[in-house]
Order: sequence, then structure tokens, then C-alpha cells
Amino acid sequence: MSDSYILEVKNLQTYFFTEAGIVKAVDDISFNVERGSTVGLVGETGSGKSVTAYSILRIVPRPGKIVNGKVFFNGEELLSKTEEEMRKYRGKKIGMIFQDPNSSLNPLFSIEEQLTDTIVAHERISKQEARNKIIEMLAKVGIPEPSTRIKWYPHQFSIGMKQRIAIARALLLNPELLFADEPTTNLDVTIQAQVLDLLRTLKNEMKMSMVLITHDMGIIAEMTNNVVVLYAGKVFEVADTKTIFKKPLNPYTEALLATVPRLDIKKKLEPIPGNVPNLIELPSGCRFHPRCKYATQICKEQEPPLEEVEPGHFVACHHWRELE
Amino acid sequence: MNGQENGNHLLEVYNLVKYYPVYSRGIILRRVVGYVHAVDKVTLYIDEGKTLGLVGESGSGKTTTGKAILHLEWPTAGQVFFEGANVSEVLKSKDKKQILKIRKSMQMIFQNPYGSLDPRMTVFDIIAEPLKLHGHYSKEEINERVYKLLEMVGLEAYHAERYPHEFSGGQRQRIGIARALAVEPKIIIADEPVSSLDVSVRAQILNLLMNLQKENKLSLLYISHDLSSVRQICDHVAVMYLGKIVETANVEDLFSKPLHPYTQALLSAVPIPDPELKRRRIILHGEVPSAINPPPGCRFHTRCPYAKEVCKNKEPELREVEKNHFVACHLV
Repeated sequence: MSDSYILEVKNLQTYFFTEAGIVKAVDDISFNVERGSTVGLVGETGSGKSVTAYSILRIVPRPGKIVNGKVFFNGEELLSKTEEEMRKYRGKKIGMIFQDPNSSLNPLFSIEEQLTDTIVAHERISKQEARNKIIEMLAKVGIPEPSTRIKWYPHQFSIGMKQRIAIARALLLNPELLFADEPTTNLDVTIQAQVLDLLRTLKNEMKMSMVLITHDMGIIAEMTNNVVVLYAGKVFEVADTKTIFKKPLNPYTEALLATVPRLDIKKKLEPIPGNVPNLIELPSGCRFHPRCKYATQICKEQEPPLEEVEPGHFVACHHWRELE
Repeated sequence: MNGQENGNHLLEVYNLVKYYPVYSRGIILRRVVGYVHAVDKVTLYIDEGKTLGLVGESGSGKTTTGKAILHLEWPTAGQVFFEGANVSEVLKSKDKKQILKIRKSMQMIFQNPYGSLDPRMTVFDIIAEPLKLHGHYSKEEINERVYKLLEMVGLEAYHAERYPHEFSGGQRQRIGIARALAVEPKIIIADEPVSSLDVSVRAQILNLLMNLQKENKLSLLYISHDLSSVRQICDHVAVMYLGKIVETANVEDLFSKPLHPYTQALLSAVPIPDPELKRRRIILHGEVPSAINPPPGCRFHTRCPYAKEVCKNKEPELREVEKNHFVACHLV
């Protein structure tokens, strides 16, 4: 239990028990978040990045269940806490921003009502004090005329403004750790730039740590200190952001970087063949082997362990030495 | 992009306008109280075998422009010429042969491969439908063509008897592309063809589009908000803001030397996957104004960091600043 980590996730497994079979959405995921840093969880559809966040906060929807693992937040194990104890963490010590503000804000309640709910769930505070706190926070996230707009309903705001309100709600109680799940995926690029800038500023100002979930390698490059690359429920590579981009040692990370177009240079796009696998019938051995250009017999038979190849750089691949 | 070059291009669009009426509340006394200026005097052209990228944020009118060119949305004003023929007039005439000919030459690929394929038709029927509609194909010819198209887009022959729900997003988009190619069009309007796909699958579809374009000498209007992909596949780019084209140039000029303040901000806002790259970011304040009452003068002046008095009063014309580089800004 090192003190420099605010969050330690160990061997987390979350499965969904559906009629069609067991979906192994998160299958043995481990990573750490250093205090004050931003960790990016990057992966495509079905890589398990959102479910990882849900599992840590213990808000996995049914039929999902956390089957195994440990989550230490400030050294305290969260998965063994009672629901009552867990509530003291959600929204208070750990905040969360969801992808779609249209569905994360309740259309039937005004901004004041919704954000007051968040405060009174954790603090004994008068209505007036709560109101002042909300207005202050709305101003911080850049909502113009916060003292009037506090009475407004979500539909009266544009989507960018709604996401700012969702950020305000997540930060109301000064959380130590913030989960941001694709916070800008539904936004236009110029609005995305505003929101990312806001998140970065507030994170530094409020001395938070952040877990940023995204599929956009550009956002990862700009926002994070460390990166966890996920594929089909497994950790494929962990390293600091520079290393991930300069010296990726997992073929999937390498392929992912080669496949995304870049704004600043014209390059040949190298597609990854095939599709993201079905999580019910996962490929044998390494889950990426049917799409991997380095795959050999061993990849079909054995699942590669996550090895520490350099201090802080973890790779799950039988062939990482060949990529070096 | 200037009107003088009349008749030299495969597709020419002049002053295309599409307004949508906005009604007052009520049932009996519903009046038109305004118009959404979705597309406002857009002029563009595409040459044979070339790709024009139409970029802009949501609400900029790029999709409506695409649909209005095809007359899926009938334009309020303006002209579209395809191979010199006025599309509106041909479609209004009773000449069925000409109508089919023009419809056949211009096809569309839609954004959402989950909504654009009929779930109750097999892949074979989906791809064969345009062939049947346009006639003149025997059963054997249709058969042969469908299997050839499947091969062209990288699907297997046995996929023909399956239904859309059995496919992944990327495969569905391949089916959509095969359907668009079925009647051998000359131009394809691709409306955000990869935006709903996983990142690892996007490059497959983009490369497929580029290869098919080369093989079939297709022209392409590529509508997208993803500037990085536009850079990879387009020859020319037109940037739209609130129904207007604000800048257009060939792809290298636009990306290396953007002149309009909006283009500059847009390009600087796109995250680049390189953590060591340091660049100046222009953060635009505010949001895209409503298209019902667009700001007077330059539509971008409310968010423009350089706006002067003239920008509020006078609408800037699209003018040629450098060779083939057109900008609508007073200050350039």
C-alpha cells in the first residue's frame, strides 16, 4: 500500500451474466493512479474501460457483477465496504462525469435541485449555503450568469453547457479523485477544446487526481501522465504517456497508433484487420492474436502475462522483445 | 469556387440555399415565424476523380448541403449542375429516363450503418435493390454484380444471405458502400461514413473508400467533422460555419496555412496524438449561434478573437486570396 498512490486496482474482474452467456467485460485488470496525476484508460468499444470505472465506484448495472479483485482508495479497500459506507465515497471523495450529459442530468429537475441533492447527501448545510456553493461552482465551470441559470432546467442549456454542469456537479464536494468517462465524445471539436481546458485547469486548481476514459489517442497525448491500454477486458500495456507514443511494446498499441489519422502530417493509414472480438466467445490465448501481425502459435495457445519490462512499463505480449 | 468556371467540373453547385420554416405554437393559427438558415449560398465544385472534404461542426449545414445536392432535401434556391445538366430541372421534368440517369450517377453513403440498412432484408436484397430499381439487368447479371460488389468491399460470398444484425458496424458500412456502388455512380456523397465506427476499423473503411475511388474513377464529397481523416483522404477542403463556406483551398494549403480565424481555431482544437508536440491552442469562446437568427455581418464575429466593427455590419464575400484559396473574412 504505497502512499504515493491514490488508487490501486488489483486483478479486477467484472462479468455480465446474460442469457447469451457470460460477458467478461473486465477480466483481470490492474493499474495504479499516482496522487495528483491523470491516468488515461484507452480502448475501443468493449475494451472494458467504462465498466472498470463503474466497478471501482460499484455502480455496475445488472446483470453485471464484480467477481474478483481489490480496489484500494487511499489505502482503504472499497469492494468489501457495505453499500452504506460506499455512499460516503461516491460523489464526495470520488466524482464522476459521464459521457452523455443529456442522460446524466435529470430533465425534470432544475440545476439547483439536482446539485443541491448532491450536496445534502453528504453535508449538513443550509439551503442558502448550498445555493451559494452551487453558484460559485457554476461560475467556476464557466456558466454565464450563474445566479439566474441555477433555476434553469437541463433542456435550456446547450450540450457543451450541460457537460459543464455535469462537471460542476462532480466537483461540488472537492473530490480527491475524478473519473471522466469520454467527457467530450458528444461535443464538437471547439467545444471539446473548451471542456478539456476547463478540466485541466480545475484539476490543477483543486489538486485532484483524474482517470480519463477515452478512445481518442489525441486526447490521451494532451491530457494524461500515464496510460493504460485496454483490449477486450484486459490490460495490454501500461506506461507513462511519452513511452506509450514513442516506444509502444505491445503490437495492439503500435497498431492503434498507426491506424489513427493525424492532423499535422499526411500518412498512410494502416488498418487493423478484423473486428473487436465478441466478449462471450473470446479468442483463445492472446485475445488480439487473430488481428495481430506478429502472432505465432504460442499466441493462440497461451495468454501472455502482464510483465514489467522496464520500471513502470508493463506489457502483455509474448513477442514484446521483437518490438523493442 | 468562382462562378466563371462554368461547365468545367463534374459537379457544380451555385448559391445553394436551404431554409426550413419555423412555426409559431398552436394548431390553427400556426404561422411561419422565421427560417432556419441551414445552408446559405453555398458554392462549390468537384472534379472527376477528386475528393472534396466538407468540414464543420454540428449545425454548420454540411449534411444538409449533401442532401440538397442530391435533392433528397429540395433546395430553397440555387443550382446544382451535374455534367452540365441542371439537376433540379431534370428531376422536375417528366423524363423518367433522364431522372433515373442522374439519380444513378449520384449516390450516398450514410453516417449510421445501423439506421441505413433495412433489418428485414438480406444483404443480397439490399445490394440488389438499386440494380432492380434502375432496371435493365437480368437476374443473372444482378446475381453476378452483387457477388462482385461483395468482393470489392471485402465481404465474403456467404454474407449475401445474412441479415444486417449479424454484422459489425464496420461490415455494415461495407454493405452500405457496396449498395452505393451498385449502379456505378460517378459521384458519391459520403456523410460521416466512419464516425460511428471503432477507431481500429475506421482506417479499413477509409482505405477501402480511397481504393474504390481510384479503381472506379469516382468523385467523392466527404462530409466530416473529423479533420484528421479529411487531411488523409481529400484533395480539396471547404470549411463551413453556420450554413456558409468560410474557407476553401486544396488540402495542403488549408492545413498548412489556414487563413480564416475559424479554420485556425478549428485546426488548433483537434488533439494530436503526440505528447511532445507543443502548440498554440486557440480556444474559441461561446458556442455556435442559432441558425434561426444568424448574427448580422460575418456570422463568426460573435466568437472571433479578431472581430472588428466592420465584421458586425458587413457580410464578407468569399474571395480568392491566393491561387485557389478562397476566404470569407474582412481581415485577411
